[in-house]
Amino acid sequence: MNTKTKTPVAVLEPARTPAVKIFGVGSAGVAMLDTANGADFAGAGFIAVNTDAASLASSSAPVKIQLETRLLRGLGTGGDPERGRAIAEEQFTTLKTACEGADVIFLVAGLGGGAGSGISPVLARAAKESGALVLAFVTLPFACEGNRRQQQALSGLDALKSVADGVICLPCQKTFKLIDENTSVLDTFRITDGLLLESVRGVWRLLTRPGLIRIHFDDLCALVRDRHSESVFASVEATGPARAREIVEKLIAHPLLDEGRALAESEAVLVSLVGGRDLTMAEVNRVMEQVGRQCERAQIIMGAAVDESLKGRLSVTIIAAKQGPIPLDLPPVMKTGEADEQVTSRGVMGRSSGRCGSPGAPLTPEQREQNVARNIGGRGRKSNPKMLQAQLPLSIISKGRFDKSEPTIYKGEDLDIPTYIRRGVALN
Amino acid sequence: MFDDSSIVVGLEIGTSKVCAVVGERNPDPAVGSLNIIGLGQARSRGVRKGEIVDPAQAEEDVRNAIVEAEQMADVEIRNVYLGVTGAHIRGFNNRGVHPVVSADREISDDDVQDVVKNAKAINLPTENSVVHAIRQHFFVDGQDGVTNPVGMLGSRLEVDMHVVHGHTNRLQNAIRLVKGLQLEVDEIVSNGLASSLALLTNEQKELGALIIDIGGGTTDYVVYANGVIKHTGVLAVGGDHVSNDLAYGLKVPLSRAEKLKLELGSALVDAECRGQAVTITNELGLPLKTVNVEHLRRIMSLRLEEIFQLVGQDLEQAGLFDYLRGGVFLCGGCARVPQIALLAEQALQMPVSLGQTNSVSGLKSALDQPEFVTAIGLVKFGSFKSRKREGKPSLVSGIKGALSNFLRRP
Repeated sequence: MNTKTKTPVAVLEPARTPAVKIFGVGSAGVAMLDTANGADFAGAGFIAVNTDAASLASSSAPVKIQLETRLLRGLGTGGDPERGRAIAEEQFTTLKTACEGADVIFLVAGLGGGAGSGISPVLARAAKESGALVLAFVTLPFACEGNRRQQQALSGLDALKSVADGVICLPCQKTFKLIDENTSVLDTFRITDGLLLESVRGVWRLLTRPGLIRIHFDDLCALVRDRHSESVFASVEATGPARAREIVEKLIAHPLLDEGRALAESEAVLVSLVGGRDLTMAEVNRVMEQVGRQCERAQIIMGAAVDESLKGRLSVTIIAAKQGPIPLDLPPVMKTGEADEQVTSRGVMGRSSGRCGSPGAPLTPEQREQNVARNIGGRGRKSNPKMLQAQLPLSIISKGRFDKSEPTIYKGEDLDIPTYIRRGVALN
Repeated sequence: MFDDSSIVVGLEIGTSKVCAVVGERNPDPAVGSLNIIGLGQARSRGVRKGEIVDPAQAEEDVRNAIVEAEQMADVEIRNVYLGVTGAHIRGFNNRGVHPVVSADREISDDDVQDVVKNAKAINLPTENSVVHAIRQHFFVDGQDGVTNPVGMLGSRLEVDMHVVHGHTNRLQNAIRLVKGLQLEVDEIVSNGLASSLALLTNEQKELGALIIDIGGGTTDYVVYANGVIKHTGVLAVGGDHVSNDLAYGLKVPLSRAEKLKLELGSALVDAECRGQAVTITNELGLPLKTVNVEHLRRIMSLRLEEIFQLVGQDLEQAGLFDYLRGGVFLCGGCARVPQIALLAEQALQMPVSLGQTNSVSGLKSALDQPEFVTAIGLVKFGSFKSRKREGKPSLVSGIKGALSNFLRRP
C-alpha cells in the first residue's frame, strides 16, 4: 500500500514508534538477550531478569533485575518453577515498574527451568497490568532434558498463554530435524536461540521498519491482543528463478511447521517477504497464493519489503498462530497492498510476524456457530489435533449397486457417490 | 432367404440392455441403402459400467437378444459387429511421418501406406490393444488438410491418426462371450464411434459436432471436426448412476428409483415441481412413502449436469470447443430424460439437440429410439466395412486401413 520513497514513508510512520522492551528471563533468556543485544534492536530496552546472580553478572543487558530473597541466597531457583513464581510474586511491583513506559514487551525465555517457567507468567502479567502488549518468545526443552523439565515447561507455557497476548513457541526437539548429527551442543543451543531470535527480530522489524506492504503496529495489536494463543514460525530463503516455488515447497516441508499441518491448523498467519530489488509482484503473489491455499481458514496478514543486501534472494518468515483454548472472534483486520518500487536503504525491512488466538469480545451466536463450523467442517484443518477424528465422515456413503464394482475415480473424485452429496447440496 | 453377404448385424452388450440390430444392405450403393429389418433386445443383467461382470448372465441375455432379432428378421445370424465401451477405453491423436523417396517426388499408394503404418506405431502399455486407428488428415510438406495425397508432389508426408485403445483382456471378455454363442465377431467398434456414425451426416462432420451417448453405465463422446474424428472419450457414468443417486437420496429401493426416474424424472428443476410430492404405493395400492418431486429432479439434474460438465472440461482441455459449429447431439437411453437438451445447453453453452439416425431406413420403431442409436451405428459401420471388402477384395487384410478409408466416405 505504501508505495512511497523513503521520506514519505517516514511521514506515514506513526508519530511515535512503539516503545519496546525486551525481557530475557532465566538463564536461557538472559543468554538469548545477550545475543540479541545488537544493532538489530536499536532503540529497544533490554532488561535481564533472573534469580541467579552469576548469570546476570555475565549479561551485557543495560538493566538487570535480580529477584532475590533471603531464601535463595543468591543461588538459582533450583529448577523449581513454584519457587520462581513465588519470588516473582513477591517482587511483583519491581517487575511492574520495570515494564512501565513500554507499548510492547517481548519476553524471551527458555521454559523448563525454575526461572523461565516460574517468572515468565508473572512478568507477563505485570507487563499486561502496566498496559503493554505482551509477546512471549519461548523455547521448550529438548526431550533429553527429562520429563520433569518438559512438564514444567508445558505448564509454564499454559500459564504464559493465559496471560500473554501471544506466545511464539519453539520446541527445541523439532530443531533436530534442522541440524545435522555432528552439530556440537554449543552450536545446537546457538541454533535454537538463533531461531527464536529470528522471530523476535521478525516482529521487531515489523513494528519499527517500513516495508513495501506494511504491517502496522495497530494491526498487530488488534490481531494479538487478548488472544492467548500459541504460535509456530518458520523462516526460509531461496534463490534462483524458481525461488517463489522453492520457498513454498520449503515452507510446506518445514519441520517447525509440522510439514505444513501447522498452517492448516492456524487461525491467523503472518507472512513477511523480504527480497532484493528484483522482487516481483508475481512472486509475492505466487507465495501468498500458495500460503493462502495451505491455510484457507486463517486470517492472513502479509508484509513485503525490499532489502538491497538480499540480492537475488527471497526470504520469507511465517508466523502461524493456532487457535487458543478459548474460541475467538477474528478482528476484521486484513492488510494487503500493492508493492511498487519503493526501496529504502535501511537493513532488512518488514519481516513478518503473526498470531492470534482467542476472543476479546464476547461472541455473537453467529460467530460462535462459525467457530464451531470451522472446528467441525474445516477440511483437514483443526486447531486441536485431538479433535481430528471428528472430521472423519460419520456415515459411510453407500455406493449402492456400484459397491462392488471398480470405482469411477475422475480427477480424485469418486463419481459413484451421488453428485448432490459430493457437492454438498442439501435436500431438506 | 437373403443373400448372406448383404446381412449386417450390430450387437451392443449394454449396461441396461443387450441389443442386436439386423440390417440389410441394398446392392445398390446409393445413400440410404441400409435397411433395418430386425431388432432384438433383452434386459442386461451381467454388465456394470459397460463391462461384463457376470459372463453367464450376460451370455444368456445376448442369446435372447440374438434369437429375437433372428426371428424378427428371419435370418440366421453368424457374424456380428460388436460394440465395446468401458472406462478403460481411451483415445488420443498421433502423427506419423514418412519421407517421400521416389525420384519424381510423387506420392504413391505405398507412401501413404507407409505413413499410416508409422502413425500406428504407438507406444501402448503392453496390456492394451488398439481398437481403432482412424486417419485424420494428411500433411504434404506441412500443407494441412490434404485428404488424399496420392499423386501429389512432396518430399515429406505426414498423417494424423486418432487411436482408440483399450485393455486387451477386458475387450476379449466381450468377444469371448459372443464367440461362446457360436457367433463370429467381425470387428469390435467403440460405442461412441458407432453412435456418431448413425447420427451425423457428412455435412455435420465437416462443420464439427459433439456426440454424447449417455447410456446405462457409461457416457461415450466423440468429437468430429473438419470431417474427421478429433477426440473420443468414455466416462463410466450413466443412467445407472442417476437411479443409484435417486435410490440413495430418496431412500427407496433401486428398482423403485428406476421407475420413479422414468415416470417423474426431468433434467431441470422447474418451478412447478416445488413442494410437489408423490406417494408411492405397493402392489396392493397401499401408500408406502411420499417422495418429493423437487428432490428427485434436483438429484437427477445435478448428476446429469455433472456429466455434461465433465465432458465439457475434457473438451476444453483438448481445445475443441471452437470447432463444434454443428452443435451437440445427444443419444443413448438418458437422451429420453425430459429437458435434457436444455440442461446440456446450459452446461455446455452450445446448441444441443437430440440425435436422429440418418441414411438408414427400415423399422420405424427402432430408428426413432435414442437407445438403439449405437446398435444401428454398428450396423452402419458393418455395412461400410463389407462394402469396402467387396469393392477391394485385395485390401481385406488391411482392416484398420480400410476402416480409415470408409470414414472418409458417406
